[in-house]
Amino acid sequence: MTDRNPDTGAFFTRDRTWHPPAYTPDYKTSVLRSPQRALLALDGTLSEITGPVFGHAILGELDNDLIHNFARSGEAAIGERLIVHGRVLDENGRGVPGALIEVWQANAGGRYRHKKEGYLAALDPNFGGCGRCITDENGNYRFRTVKPGPYPWPNGPNDWRPAHIHFSVFGHGFAQRLITQMYFEGDPLIWRCPIVRTIPDQRAVERLIAPLDMANTIPMDARAYKFDIVLRGRRSTLFENRLDGN
Amino acid sequence: MTQDLTYLKETASQTAGPYVHIGLTPNASGITGVYSADLGAAMVNDRTKGTRITIRGCVIDGGGASLRDALVEIWQADAAGLHNSPSEPRGQADPDFTGWGRCACDGDGGEFIFHTIKPGRVPFKDGRLMAPHITFWIVARGINLGLHTRMYFPEEEQANAEDPLLLRLEHRDRVTTLIAQADGDDSYRFDIHLQGKRETVFLDI
Repeated sequence: MTDRNPDTGAFFTRDRTWHPPAYTPDYKTSVLRSPQRALLALDGTLSEITGPVFGHAILGELDNDLIHNFARSGEAAIGERLIVHGRVLDENGRGVPGALIEVWQANAGGRYRHKKEGYLAALDPNFGGCGRCITDENGNYRFRTVKPGPYPWPNGPNDWRPAHIHFSVFGHGFAQRLITQMYFEGDPLIWRCPIVRTIPDQRAVERLIAPLDMANTIPMDARAYKFDIVLRGRRSTLFENRLDGN
Repeated sequence: MTQDLTYLKETASQTAGPYVHIGLTPNASGITGVYSADLGAAMVNDRTKGTRITIRGCVIDGGGASLRDALVEIWQADAAGLHNSPSEPRGQADPDFTGWGRCACDGDGGEFIFHTIKPGRVPFKDGRLMAPHITFWIVARGINLGLHTRMYFPEEEQANAEDPLLLRLEHRDRVTTLIAQADGDDSYRFDIHLQGKRETVFLDI
């Protein structure tokens, strides 16, 4: 036997006290968008245990390089050059290979390239703000970008989002589907942010704060931040679905 | 003292925010030239087996407004009831059907639309067949953790009546929140209500 669980087991129960609850009135938009009835519990069926898996063939050469993937030829996005890297693991501590990671973010001035975005900070003509990569056989990923700026947003009269990168992650089962945000070590806006504060447990927030990783910087080029992501783990199927006598 | 259980904790969710379309459907949001096509835009091709269907709907908040910044993903079995996934233990699914779709709700009225096929039946854990269904996952600004639900088919009255998930609903009037409405030939409407009297049944899976 290998130490890999077969990818056909049901997932560990999601700890909903660790995630933000749906109704978080200090984050005002959640008030009318939060289900109020109890969720119906459903231990994973094949419809949730399975999920789409994406091959490296979908990736273009610059998909993991936000500094260049929207820039005019020979030009580059403006901002602090960063490597963001880490590992996608499951709750069993095993690397998740072949996990699709999609990221999006504001530019170095805190401005998103979006028609509904009204912040007065300037667009960078060489920065689109999206990128993607797929983890290697050990669950490692890496992309290059500029550090996003913090920006004000209409919630309270003077709320500012800390600098952050949005992450969307696919594991191997649709029940693992996750969207989260990565924050940067030392940002004083993190603990003031109503969206960060939707998470009730301080330890869960700390897991979203990427440390500066000088060991992975590229000297005279880019600093590095390390951000590990944990997806739900699978139960062993060894004694499941085998009724005695069958 | 005992030995330690060394499990890790799942990374906490954060809202997808108002600009999720930049990351997940950049072409649809006007950021072109980075990816050749948005992932999940095409689920079928000319060779896909099964009955072509169209699903339209809106995600509606507690004030009755349709969300213009939501993103919906669906996942389903092929016409034979098999998933196009390495985690599918029962056999090879139709290679011409991805089973997975993604749509941004930023058009007029906040509508999503999927062109797919009607799925076959999939067994529940105990071997009983579930009624044909499509798994939905909804994220948006103001939604702190992605919402899972299912769409069932209105013409499958018998299968729906014996579906293990639908049977589990204590309040029977809520079953209808999971059943699409017929909307023309092989066309369905499935509105998702986040709150209120018609709040959709969401799943803790």
